[in-house]
Amino acid sequence: MRTSGSAREWPVPNFPTSVRFPLGFFRNIFGGSPQPPSASGEGAPRIPRRSTGFNQFTKAILRPDGQRILDLGSTSSSNINFITGLGHKAYNEDVLMEANASRLVIPGPEDGTTTVDVLRCLAEDLQYEKESFDAVLLWDVCDYLPEPLVKPIVERIYQITKPRGVLLAFFHTRDAGTEAPYYRFHIKNEETLELQQGPHFQLQRVFHNRHVENLFCNYNSIKFFLGKENIREVLLVR
Amino acid sequence: MVSYTAAELKLEREYSMWKSRREDEKPSTSPNPQPSAPVAPAPVASAPSSYQPRTVETPRMDTYRADVAHIGKSVIIKGELSGSEDLYLDGEVEGNIDLRNHNLVIGPNGRVRANIHAKDVVVHGNVNGNVTGVDRVELKKSAVLNGDINTQRIVIEDGAFFKGAIDIRKGDQPKAEASRPPIQAAAVPAFSAPAVSSSASLEKK
Repeated sequence: MRTSGSAREWPVPNFPTSVRFPLGFFRNIFGGSPQPPSASGEGAPRIPRRSTGFNQFTKAILRPDGQRILDLGSTSSSNINFITGLGHKAYNEDVLMEANASRLVIPGPEDGTTTVDVLRCLAEDLQYEKESFDAVLLWDVCDYLPEPLVKPIVERIYQITKPRGVLLAFFHTRDAGTEAPYYRFHIKNEETLELQQGPHFQLQRVFHNRHVENLFCNYNSIKFFLGKENIREVLLVR
Repeated sequence: MVSYTAAELKLEREYSMWKSRREDEKPSTSPNPQPSAPVAPAPVASAPSSYQPRTVETPRMDTYRADVAHIGKSVIIKGELSGSEDLYLDGEVEGNIDLRNHNLVIGPNGRVRANIHAKDVVVHGNVNGNVTGVDRVELKKSAVLNGDINTQRIVIEDGAFFKGAIDIRKGDQPKAEASRPPIQAAAVPAFSAPAVSSSASLEKK
């Protein structure tokens, strides 16, 4: 049976649309390239960015070797090299790419609309044993996920994370409109990330702090880091 | 049909007298054949002006080499595929691929539903299965790999899609199979929704 998931209670309200930023605003504050890369982002330049949240995340996973780290962003060999270089085992699953796969799109309740087959998505993705992972890199996936998938996927991530496991997530602080580019995150070192414009995904929403807290209410601790680019980095401990 | 004029045949005989050519073993149109280089239409600048060698059509693939076995895109194989030579696979394989100490290239049209064991594995196409590359695994930008990787070195181009676990073996460390956490036995989402048919999740590794 398929459900659209649209009837689920979801704590994120509609955000005011009165605050609009000019096209390219977020691209500029990220320091993105004025030249658009290809549709998939191949060959786009990488922009280094210091990340306090990732630095804290790295400190949390430095302890014993052999941890299982799940990267839910775009496939990146530098991320894999970094994780395996620490002696851990890397797992990769591009949740956003999977969630936007055409096979998961089904007709919506109204004519001409579409929604996501939540059950099928959950049956195909993030299929791991409970409490499998010591750490999860979620990046800014939540901002781009189709709305019916956000809460189920966050709950699934909670299930597959070990107690005291850590999760790193990024959130846009303001509504960037439809032009907010999606970035791949490449780990350069323990405190620097490289952002590379990736395939085109539309920013679906902007979370306020309270919404982030509600979304991750099951976690034991939540720590916010505000970067100079107005991106919130959130480190959670299960 | 290729035909030579008498003049051309004579020229060719004379030409072959001046150089030691191994045409009996490996026909080639190149005046200076290099067995390890990719086969490509040979330059003709060094040939006599009246001598125009016939070019043999070769697949226009960077990875095509005469000493590499080649499975074309229309070929479908079900079962065990093993060998002791390098393989370029552009077709469809379901089962197992075992090349041990030889290299495997899965072309852009390649569709593999199999566990792979080879020395170097380069993926341009689509793979569903675990990949063990003794030396190296390389995912090109068009690659789609659903499965675990076990190797010493890995290269992933931007745009490649990978879903699975990666075990990097170091040096002579004994081979350890990638131990992916088992799939949740009952793939029932815990979100108060009716269960999906379990076949979809059981088909996954």
